[in-house]
Amino acid sequence: MSTTSSRNWLLLVLLPMGFAGVWQLQHRIDGQRAAVHQERDEVVLRSGKLVKAMSLEYAPLMADIYWTRVVQYYGDKHARHDPNFELLWPLLDLTTTLDPNLLVAYRFGSTFLSEPAPRGAGQPELGVELLERGIKANPEYWRLYQDLGFIYYFELKDYAKASAAFAEGSKNPEALIWMKIMAAKIAAEGESLSTSVFLWNEVYETTKDPLVKDNALKHLQMLRAEEDCKQLDALADAFQKRTGRRPTRVVELVQAGLLERLPVDPMGYPYVFGPDGKAALNLNSPLLEQQLLHGDTK
Amino acid sequence: MRRAGAVALNTFREAVRDRVLYNLVFFALLMMAAAIFVGQISIGIEEMVIKSLGLSAISVIGLLIAVFTGVGLVYKEMDKRTLYALLAKPVRRWEFLLGKFGGLSLTLAVNTLAMAAGLFAALLYVKHHLERADAVLLVAIYFILLKLMLVVALALLFSCYTTPLLAILYTSALYVAGLFVEDMRTFHLTTANPAVAGLMRGLSYLLPNFENFNVMAAAAHGREIPSVLILQNTAYAVLYCGIVLTIAAAVFSRRNLK
Amino acid sequence: MPVAAIEIDNLTKDYPYGFLHLKKKRSLEGLTMRVERGEVFGFLGPNGAGKSTTIKLLVGLIFPEAGTARILGKPITDIEMHRDIGYLPEQPYFYDYLTAAEVLDYFARFHDLTAADRKERVARMLKKVGLETAGKIQLRKYSKGMLQRVGLAQAILHDPQVVILDEPMSGLDPIGRREVRDIILELKRDGRTVMFSTHILSDAEMLCDRVGVIVGGKLRGVGAPGEIVGMKAHGMEILFELAASGASAAAIIAKATKTGDRYRMQAPEEELYKALEQLRGVGAKILSVAQVKASLEEYFMHLIEADRAQGAAVEVSGK
Repeated sequence: MSTTSSRNWLLLVLLPMGFAGVWQLQHRIDGQRAAVHQERDEVVLRSGKLVKAMSLEYAPLMADIYWTRVVQYYGDKHARHDPNFELLWPLLDLTTTLDPNLLVAYRFGSTFLSEPAPRGAGQPELGVELLERGIKANPEYWRLYQDLGFIYYFELKDYAKASAAFAEGSKNPEALIWMKIMAAKIAAEGESLSTSVFLWNEVYETTKDPLVKDNALKHLQMLRAEEDCKQLDALADAFQKRTGRRPTRVVELVQAGLLERLPVDPMGYPYVFGPDGKAALNLNSPLLEQQLLHGDTK
Repeated sequence: MRRAGAVALNTFREAVRDRVLYNLVFFALLMMAAAIFVGQISIGIEEMVIKSLGLSAISVIGLLIAVFTGVGLVYKEMDKRTLYALLAKPVRRWEFLLGKFGGLSLTLAVNTLAMAAGLFAALLYVKHHLERADAVLLVAIYFILLKLMLVVALALLFSCYTTPLLAILYTSALYVAGLFVEDMRTFHLTTANPAVAGLMRGLSYLLPNFENFNVMAAAAHGREIPSVLILQNTAYAVLYCGIVLTIAAAVFSRRNLK
Repeated sequence: MPVAAIEIDNLTKDYPYGFLHLKKKRSLEGLTMRVERGEVFGFLGPNGAGKSTTIKLLVGLIFPEAGTARILGKPITDIEMHRDIGYLPEQPYFYDYLTAAEVLDYFARFHDLTAADRKERVARMLKKVGLETAGKIQLRKYSKGMLQRVGLAQAILHDPQVVILDEPMSGLDPIGRREVRDIILELKRDGRTVMFSTHILSDAEMLCDRVGVIVGGKLRGVGAPGEIVGMKAHGMEILFELAASGASAAAIIAKATKTGDRYRMQAPEEELYKALEQLRGVGAKILSVAQVKASLEEYFMHLIEADRAQGAAVEVSGK
């Protein structure tokens, strides 16, 4: 029947054209809506309980969707170097209310809530609140204690509470042995380079999240650079004792036999001595930018 | 086209004589009253509450009508065989479908208008006067209507070749999917598989995006909506409805009636 | 040869069934048939023989696997053809929220009629099918017979040349049937062509110029009613009362069957007068003498048995 086949051909042509039009139009609409959209609309319904009630049995599914939005929100801000993480807490609040067992939300969330700007929201107290909620719902997951201790140690600098958190977590039979060791060490020494390096390294080794891993790496690099600079300062002191003046270039330490070769920072740039005579990062090193942005990161 | 109009008017007449519709509209008006009540409790944002609740009610009721009535549009005629005598007349099958679509769209428009009147009445009661900013509500309601028409088109498509229950399922599923279409685009952040992420992204542009029509936040806060968006959304609705109805016509044209 | 009213050529239809609709039953096989203009044509067959299937194919509700058909020269795929036909579906059902007048008006809109014309015709039709008083009542309150009449009205509303009726007498009481018969005869008088399907022989005999017999999806014969092979009369039947007794009476009674006070006896046509003489001889009171015809049911059964014997597919219900 020729009418049917000609109609079929017509459809074969019209439908893809129609969808192509839809595709185009959608892009335009997206652009237009982005102009209208205000960020706080994302979380129009701030009440997690209300959203949960509205989701019926699909709360975990909604949690997953909100979780995706959290990641997208953070990633977007991070990529644009936008320091305003205003909605991070509300989104995380919603996500964890919808599904209190979504562990990844607690771990990721607490990390970037407590990280100081511009890498995070700079709200460590909220990070603590999030983790405490997480621990309440998932008491058997010892890693949350690790994260809690982390925040107390690094951001809030409350070593007593940090130690307590690690100690509590170590009680879990599945917890790794270092939790107990850390508890004791922090109780005894408070902040120390070896503790900081260890904790960040633990995160770096065990996390699967690329953003978290990258963050840990940056911290480790900074710590390494700091340690290196300290050692260079010590060598500079030795140099001064020997020669009576401070070295102006690191190569002089090599020439003096105090160093075997020129040391480089974790990004591969050689260290220099700053105008104040203290060891510092090379001007070209990307780590310098990190250091300037984050100040005294440990 | 005149014949499609005849079918449309008949569909509209059927809806008007169907008592269920009145109950639904009455329920919506009840919601408006409830909104006023709720608004009294939350001082300072009564207006926002009435607007959001009112728009939600219009949307939900409209959706119910669109899905449940839309799905029965063709099925009922086939099942009850009212269609048999009709198709023996010099009327093309696509004219019949278009008429059905038009009739239900007209019904929805009338219902939506009635509920909109209720909303404005509620607003007037609380505020005692209307401002220019409230005109945004009209745009929001218009968008809801566009959304409903797209849902009707989908319901019509499914009702052409499957049972009402399945058609309701498919239509509802597509609607829900259409709400989260934008989240599909960011799947690449949480999935390791680039093929899946790419597929999701492609689908996110092709599936009907019902979020386009959601301006509830802007309307509730009285923010203006650019006329470009109004044009674009209208074009989108027209285009997508056209696609869906074309497919429906193609499917229905070759359908053997029992 | 003048243009036939309906010309069917090798029409074939399959119905899928079973899981995922993978299997097919052939419900109509190579039907070839003509209906001439101005005649009343009866389409006879048992339930499920393919009558409704054929009619639905003609009207465009279903589509054939093979074959074509033309009505008044136009192919059934042409939408314009529908202007010239009127169709009454089997077990008609209409929008129950409308009144009869509204339904007819609705259907009338699909034909090119002015508003005034429409109004006039609707009124005329309601009168014709005897529904003028019930015109304003919603159809949900109608009886089956009344619905049938509405169906008939919408079929002839636009004065079509060819009228196709699917089981028009079904579900009607004798008065209703008579009314339908009268309308069909009136249509014939006006020069219209009528084709209707039925499984009741007497209706066909009374109305039709020609009949077509279909069993098991195949056309078995076409011709004037009574001419169809196997439906010929065979013999005469005598109905009588007999009070007398005696040897000769007993001999006659032995050949007859008794129902109450009456006896029935069959005799071949050639021997009719001999039998009557015999009965007169024993003083029987003759009540009636009539032709014996094979019933349509017997004829159908015979055909079905033949089908089964050949191992061919038995009739399929298209419902």
